[in-house]
Amino acid sequence: MDNYLLQFPEAWQFDVGDSIDIWIKTVSQDHREVFTAIKTAVITSVKGIYSLLEMTPWWLLIFIVMILGWRMSGKKRVGALFGAMLFFVGSSGLWVHMLQTLSIVIAAVILSVILGFPLGILIAMSKRAESIIRPILDLMQTMPTFVYLVPAVILFSIGMTPALMATTIYAVVPMIRLTSHGINHVDTEVVEAAKAFGSTTLQALIKVQIPQAKSTIMAGLNQTIMMAMSMVVTCALIGANGLGMEILIATNRTEMGKALMPGIAIVIIAIILDRLTQGLIKKSEATKT
Amino acid sequence: MKNDVIIKVENATKLYGINKPEAIKLAKEGADKETIQKKTGVTIALWDVSFEVQRGEIFVIIGLSGSGKSTLVRCFNKLNKLTSGKIFYEDRDVEKLNKKELLDFRREKISMVFQNFGLMSHRTVIDNVAYGLEVKSVPKEERYDRAREMISMVGLEGWEDQPIESLSGGMKQRVGLARALANDPEVLLMDEPFSALDPLVKRDMQFELLSIQEKLQKTVIFITHDINEAFKLGTTVAIMKDGKLIQLDTPQNMFMHPADEYVSKFIDSADRGKVFTAKHVMVTPRCIVRPKDAPEQAIREMRSYDVSTAYAVDARMSFLGVITIDDALLARKENLPLDSFIKKEVCTTPPETLLSDILQTAADSKYPIAVVDEKNRLQGIISRSAVLSSL
Ligand SMILES: Nc1ncnc2c1ncn2[C@@H]1O[C@H](COP(=O)(O)OP(=O)(O)O)[C@@H](O)[C@H]1O
Ligand SMILES: [Mg+2]
Repeated sequence: MDNYLLQFPEAWQFDVGDSIDIWIKTVSQDHREVFTAIKTAVITSVKGIYSLLEMTPWWLLIFIVMILGWRMSGKKRVGALFGAMLFFVGSSGLWVHMLQTLSIVIAAVILSVILGFPLGILIAMSKRAESIIRPILDLMQTMPTFVYLVPAVILFSIGMTPALMATTIYAVVPMIRLTSHGINHVDTEVVEAAKAFGSTTLQALIKVQIPQAKSTIMAGLNQTIMMAMSMVVTCALIGANGLGMEILIATNRTEMGKALMPGIAIVIIAIILDRLTQGLIKKSEATKT
Repeated sequence: MKNDVIIKVENATKLYGINKPEAIKLAKEGADKETIQKKTGVTIALWDVSFEVQRGEIFVIIGLSGSGKSTLVRCFNKLNKLTSGKIFYEDRDVEKLNKKELLDFRREKISMVFQNFGLMSHRTVIDNVAYGLEVKSVPKEERYDRAREMISMVGLEGWEDQPIESLSGGMKQRVGLARALANDPEVLLMDEPFSALDPLVKRDMQFELLSIQEKLQKTVIFITHDINEAFKLGTTVAIMKDGKLIQLDTPQNMFMHPADEYVSKFIDSADRGKVFTAKHVMVTPRCIVRPKDAPEQAIREMRSYDVSTAYAVDARMSFLGVITIDDALLARKENLPLDSFIKKEVCTTPPETLLSDILQTAADSKYPIAVVDEKNRLQGIISRSAVLSSL
């Protein structure tokens, strides 16, 4: 009796973990072709992005980033700073790793936009869709990443594909949330004006709501990019090559210095991407209000 | 214009909330809005409102904030749906329009001007004005031509390609007005369009609206909470309180016969001089003389009416001036005809002039003011005391 009060009774414990494992394994075996197809698609696109980046001479990429930095901030020294930071990454011998990391991040961001933008609009337009999707988003945001890393690995085996999946699951959330937030918070009078002049729902959406929500949607894009960047090391755990992998290897060998450089490189890329997209937000705010 | 009804509202009722049957029951028992809100959580935004709007008039709806004005006006273009009751546009039941018909109705017949302008900040002035034409796929050239025409009508020429944010409040509402007129609608809904503007700009806009209305003869349904604005613009004024229509009348009648205390309170804050015109306070001159009359006759007439001035008109009743009893006596003494004694420096005014505009003249002038029509025929006279006592 005492025992029952102090410890959770064993008879009342059950294990769903096993059955989920079994289920996932069966699914992965039964639909192998589907997963292989997805895997091929992912690998092809990430490789495509990678070879595009690789084809670009290093000095050209630095130059483009300098110009963008200058344009977005309006300050030449910001452009110069960005250029110097990228040059530093190259001179640390991490250029190729940076391109690998970038290609997964870019692929994940594109996928997040393709999925997140329409979903965000859907939630904004339909109460029903919102009541279904919102809890899922909450779940995606609070669930520890590792919980879905493992099934992703089981389904797609180690490599780029599960890395991209995990990154997208994590990074798509702000895209959805901020798109729907932006659309919902367009000045009601402006939306009513659109309706009062005889816009169809689609016309109101395209001609008024989306353009009015642009800066919020851009903020969503910015957050999505930042979250994708923050997954770089986690992705290395499931075999994605790049800066994350360098950190992981160095950490395993307890080589602090070697782990530090790719760490700094990640920070540098994050800062540059952040500033460039912040610039986009500012630009779209300037055409608003 | 008489009895050409364009919009008809029949028993319009609108409730916000869940427990509507209970609220309706209480409302029928005569409970007031606040009680019903407390007991059932339902807001009575409109309760059994019926009226008609004539084609070409400016129909003003006035009431305190929360009295249901916006709710009502938004039912006309179905931005809101009535809980019960009907709204007819000409012979069509607005509630029964299907999706396609509703789009056409909004594109062709009815448009709206908003309190906070409702402009699309990502578009330039001309693209805002052309919006209504754009959604019904009018070709670019044509819609820009039309938009330019409207922009110049509201006095914003040269601002076509400017972003909205570069405009002042008054200019923004001009864009709002141009946008609403671009579709050439029959009915213009204006929900407190000038409430967000400073008094001076507001006056300009009221003037602008009146002159546009003069030109285009649209039916305007105008909402305001400013009684002076209501009386200045309105052909007919409807006063609302707690979702109910309290009184519907011309401004003058409302002044003379307010339906209840609520209306009186509104009217107390109104400027009578802006409602009543010369026509309303003029009196028929008692003593009229012709220039050819003998002075003797004029004197007799003035004495018999016990007045000290007579009004001189010619054979066609054209107003000539006044003759005082002193001058008439002088004429008799010197045996001269009356017409050389007619004083021409008398102020005249058309019957439509607002009392507030005559006030100063009345205070300054020695003689009463003569009210004459467009052919200079004498209609009546207004004494200084009549102007002052009417205010
Ligand atoms: N969407 C809504 N939901 C609930 N109550 C509303 C809504 N819109 C208006 N109301 C209520 O209906 C009443 C009338 O509002 P409204 O028509 O906006 O008044 P007005 O325009 O005269 O100020 C108010 O009591 C208001 O609180
Ligand atoms: Mg209102």
